[in-house]
Amino acid sequence: MVLWTCWATTVICALSASIGVTNTLAESVPGDRVTGTGRSLTVVPLPERARTLANLVPQQGWPNPVNDQEHRLFTLIDVLEYRPRTGGSGSNSDYRWDLEGWYGGDYNRLWFKSEGQQDTAFKADYDVDFQLLYGRFLWKHYDLQVGGRMETQSFRGGNVTRGLGVIGLQGIVPYNYEFESSLFIDQSGAISARLSYTKDFLLTQRLILQGRFQTNMAIQRVEEFTTGSGLNNLEFGARLRYEIHRKFAPYIGLSFERSFGETATLVRRQGGDPSQIRFVVGVRMWY
Amino acid sequence: MQPPKKVQDKTNSISRRVLMKRAGALGLLAGLQPLFASCANHPLPPAARPSPDISTLSGELIELVISEGSFALDRKNGVAVSINGTIPGPLIRLKEGQDVILNVTNHLKEVSSIHWHGILLPSHMDGVPGVSFNGIEPGTTFTYRFPIKQSGTYWYHSHSGGQELQGMYGAMILDPIEPEPFRYDRDHIVMLSEWSDESAEVMLDNLKKFSGYYNFQKRDAQEFRSDAARWGFWPALKNYMMWDEMRMDPTDFADVTGSTFTFLMNGLPPAGNWTGLFRPGERVRLRFINAAAMTFYDVRIPGLTLRVVQADGQNIQPVAVEEFRLGPAETYDIIVQPTEDRAYTIFAETMDRSGYARGTLATQPGMEGQVPERRARPLRTMEDMGMMGHSNGHNDHTVMRSGTNHHDTMHGQGMQHGQEGADRDRSPILGAMPVKHGPDHHGTGNQTVAEYAQNRMHEPGRGFEQSSRRVLVYTDLKSLVPYQDQRAPEREIELHLTGHMQRYMWSFDGKKYSDAPEPIRVRDGERLRLTFVNDTMMEHPLHLHGMWMYLENGSGAYLPRKHTVVVKPAERLSVVISADAPGSWAFHCHLLLHMEAGMFRVVQVLI
Repeated sequence: MVLWTCWATTVICALSASIGVTNTLAESVPGDRVTGTGRSLTVVPLPERARTLANLVPQQGWPNPVNDQEHRLFTLIDVLEYRPRTGGSGSNSDYRWDLEGWYGGDYNRLWFKSEGQQDTAFKADYDVDFQLLYGRFLWKHYDLQVGGRMETQSFRGGNVTRGLGVIGLQGIVPYNYEFESSLFIDQSGAISARLSYTKDFLLTQRLILQGRFQTNMAIQRVEEFTTGSGLNNLEFGARLRYEIHRKFAPYIGLSFERSFGETATLVRRQGGDPSQIRFVVGVRMWY
Repeated sequence: MQPPKKVQDKTNSISRRVLMKRAGALGLLAGLQPLFASCANHPLPPAARPSPDISTLSGELIELVISEGSFALDRKNGVAVSINGTIPGPLIRLKEGQDVILNVTNHLKEVSSIHWHGILLPSHMDGVPGVSFNGIEPGTTFTYRFPIKQSGTYWYHSHSGGQELQGMYGAMILDPIEPEPFRYDRDHIVMLSEWSDESAEVMLDNLKKFSGYYNFQKRDAQEFRSDAARWGFWPALKNYMMWDEMRMDPTDFADVTGSTFTFLMNGLPPAGNWTGLFRPGERVRLRFINAAAMTFYDVRIPGLTLRVVQADGQNIQPVAVEEFRLGPAETYDIIVQPTEDRAYTIFAETMDRSGYARGTLATQPGMEGQVPERRARPLRTMEDMGMMGHSNGHNDHTVMRSGTNHHDTMHGQGMQHGQEGADRDRSPILGAMPVKHGPDHHGTGNQTVAEYAQNRMHEPGRGFEQSSRRVLVYTDLKSLVPYQDQRAPEREIELHLTGHMQRYMWSFDGKKYSDAPEPIRVRDGERLRLTFVNDTMMEHPLHLHGMWMYLENGSGAYLPRKHTVVVKPAERLSVVISADAPGSWAFHCHLLLHMEAGMFRVVQVLI
């Protein structure tokens, strides 16, 4: 009985109007409502027109019955990680990020993306890029994106920056891979491309292994951006995260990266290591 | 006991105080129970009615006050929007044939509204902002007035944003002029709903950004291991790969789950154990109302046979079952006859099995029955995707087979009856044979189409595969008396239920409401068939305001009528309406977030 009482008080159940449990309840909570019963009130009969005449057309100025045009802001920080030094030649402790997001509705969105890396197999020193794109939801699974990209990287001790035009296609391909592809044309006409896939494997409902694949390609050689012609690099990553909250998940992982051909030569010339296996620790979050 | 206080005097501050006060009152009463328990066993008056209760309003003038306050339940602190300071709001009990005036005062800081669900009334009294009126502005009172032209169990709720999910709903009973065609000694309302500390807006935001946000029952490595052990490694892998290939999640049964919801029965969480009293041998009428915004409930009372006597407030030919599925906004009146002097658990498990609401039928307050184990989370099958001829995975085999059995029975009966000539009991079910989808795939806002849709009213639904219980199906519903309008439909409108799970977009014919605001126009007096084709992989409870939908379930002249019809995945289902209510009416999916995402239309009946 004591337990029962506790429940009743803590759980604030009285408001539930536990219909039919007791009659006595009615007397015990007096007065906090208006009731129609027991009042002497002349009820005006419904005017005849009110019974039959309907407002046939919703009127100007009435609100939308549903809020299906809301715009939202989404930011996903998919990679935000620390990469400790692994020994060997030229790899230092450093940081890396990869984030993206959008503002907009169901079909039209303004996308933003940014990647930053340092001392990877592809970029010997730091490289930061930022993209701003308009995206349109098409073909049931994809966003077609058009916009611009700004890239800055260090080259021979100085900074170099270039602007690029972007056409992107992003979405979910069969077998549930998140797919992102971009074609870039820089200010001098050099064409390059980037392709990435990620996929989540649920070990448990909260312990999730993310597989990640990324590659860069280019047609022209652009020395100051350590880009050779042809296949630039390949990267495979595996990141094991724990979703403490859906929106916040720390992770650990491994990243295998390698650059090829001219690109590898350029990276080496810059003092970098074109073939790396790195341990990473970071956090994935979105809001 | 505190001195009485009038809630409506305290603008915008219902609440916690009042709620707490009530809690205190109940707590005190709980202590006193042995003293008045005997009172509850008084002989009941011949005409049984629900026990009078703190929050029953009746008469010709009713005052309702909408206000908000912080509210905690199950350690979930949120903002509640309540009617007259309680969740659920007061029971409104009226008599068929009377007129009623309801003054609704809005003490919120935003526009509000009350929609009288399933009630036939003039369209400007229907309470849908943007369709029937402008809404109730903050600080103002709107006067609803309409005649009561029907009887049965109904409910009312806000039709503004997410207020319904925050607690703005209550039961409405309309007592008939004619005596009820069934006997009962006692009457309880069982209103199922849910509570979360997250608002509907936050939920929609989470789902738009990550549609699996609330699903913590996805297939994971552990489940794969057990499936591989059961089916063999390759078949299991093949099944998993197949779903991945289609970019679909077979565990998607509820968009919002027990990970954020506490499931309520008459406003009480499972631990609160709402209790309805009975004396052994009595016939107890239970009026089940699903006031949940996002939850389908599977309801049973172990040890009792449930005799369903009304569906959506309408008399039906009684049917005895052991379990029934209650879609959002549906109501069923059932009669049980517990004979033993013991507690019977009312167990309302959610369709996705992520939680349950629970209460007790008992001979004394404080008794508890055994609470059953929850069943395993079900899986979608290829049938739910409208893919005939595929038989991947092992679940599908069972499902397919049971489906076929049902069909045989159905056709068998149909033939027998056909030979007897014109039969008012049976009529063909449209879509009994699969119908192939047309070339229009409803644009980019629609993820998939049901390649073949067919009627599934004879199926209890996903999640009952392993059950030997007799579960209520739509083909069980037969009106007690034939309704007057037996005309054949003059016109048919086919409406596809569409959506995109990954983007959390919901629509009709691939277009959300704001992209297709043109009303569906109907002539006054027209007999119209609406055929729904569900191209999505979810159940949708479709609600038409202002007019009945006569469910074409093969019952001939005895088609049952409903205000809310659940359409299963890949189902093709028809209803007919007699357009006898001029004006603009809302028509929408009653999953609140689906409606807010745009699964909404206006039906306009033109004079």
